[in-house]
Amino acid sequence: MTEHVVIVGGGTGGTVLANDLADRLEPELDAGDVRVTLVNDDPDHVYKPVWLYVPFGQREPDDGRRPLDDLVDDAIDLRIDRVSDIGPEAQRLQFHGSAPPVSYDYLVLATGSTLEPDQIPGLTEGGHNYYSESGATDLRDELLEFTEGDLVLSVIGTPHMCPAAPLEFVFMADDWLRERGLREDVDITYTYPIQRVHGNPHIAEWARHIMAERDINVETFFNAESVDPDAETITSMEGSELDYDLLVTIPPHGGIDLIEEAGLGDDGWVDVDKHTLEAEAADNVYALGDTADTGVPNAGSVAHYQAGVVAQRLASEIRGRPATATYDGKTLCFIETGMDAASFVEFDYENPPSPAPPSEKLHWSKLAYNESYWLTARGLL
Amino acid sequence: MTDIEPDDTVDARGAACPGPLMDLIGKIRSAESGDVIRLLSDNDQSLTDVPEWAEEAGNELLAVEERDDHNEFYVEKA
Repeated sequence: MTEHVVIVGGGTGGTVLANDLADRLEPELDAGDVRVTLVNDDPDHVYKPVWLYVPFGQREPDDGRRPLDDLVDDAIDLRIDRVSDIGPEAQRLQFHGSAPPVSYDYLVLATGSTLEPDQIPGLTEGGHNYYSESGATDLRDELLEFTEGDLVLSVIGTPHMCPAAPLEFVFMADDWLRERGLREDVDITYTYPIQRVHGNPHIAEWARHIMAERDINVETFFNAESVDPDAETITSMEGSELDYDLLVTIPPHGGIDLIEEAGLGDDGWVDVDKHTLEAEAADNVYALGDTADTGVPNAGSVAHYQAGVVAQRLASEIRGRPATATYDGKTLCFIETGMDAASFVEFDYENPPSPAPPSEKLHWSKLAYNESYWLTARGLL
Repeated sequence: MTDIEPDDTVDARGAACPGPLMDLIGKIRSAESGDVIRLLSDNDQSLTDVPEWAEEAGNELLAVEERDDHNEFYVEKA
């Protein structure tokens, strides 16, 4: 009997997993004992870190897009479709339109994050972001014309994709404006919802020091409540109000409703064992990347490492052996600290991060990784 | 043992910092003025995070109950 593995989501986690399984289970796939289907609602794979560079005119959104068909091994069934229902008890997925349901023996949810700007009144009209293609290009158009006034970067809620990206944006904006001789005419303010500038205390302490050196204003305990696009103000639940001329925000994030409807977790995140990545509420279901509620950052490196763990566990289960691979919380992250310098952190569940001194070499390492990312997606790096 | 009846409960047991506080803030965001939210957290950092935020936001921390493996925070939205 053919065992069917279905992966939902063709981002970093889903794509790396599909290619890893194609390699790891090659004999079973060739023999027809196993079938792997990757479902995605877009024919393209998107590498979102490119968007950070778009507002500064350094990259184009197309630099981060490739057809999934080019990235995914031919042994994988690629299905461009949108799931309408996840049925963990029947082990079946349904799809929008007239497409018939698909049964699975193993399901991996890698559906990622979605932006929910409408949670904050006025945010859609008044705020810019670089967490979507259209947001990044709109912000580019504004930023390239911006020469003076108040630039506010507000992190609205966590978790959000790439926890380092808000820090990177203000560090890059500071440096970019200095290079153009405009920094004295621009006040930069960074807001964060808790009492420090980043969720991780070690990174927060490091970043706070850089912000002080660079005259970047900080407002902590700032949970945006509303934006007034006409008055150009943003107010917080804590009662403070900031004027802005250019507002850049990290919008509220959520998962997908289907996960909550399937009883797999709240807010679209799947409750999982943080080591095995198995869903707590259903058998034969895994989640990885942003979708898995593990407490580690929503970052591509996390999805990458988790995909390797899930691939090993699935291969073991399919071969009737005990699954022993576990995820230890490993996270790697480059952090741009300007237009030509970057830091780097590596940490896991047990070991906290210790940001490396910023250097030009690390900046080029980050850009080099961005270029070679496509090898990661193919499962080669 | 408190006899406060919460209007809603957030179970953030197992979440790493700042997850419990962010879960509480998220629930308060959609609550009505005067609602009491109960937060369940087994993260020790919540013992400082929650009182600090409640004071900053003008909400009232009505009680903190110590359980065997977690703490319960009762916060009334201003």
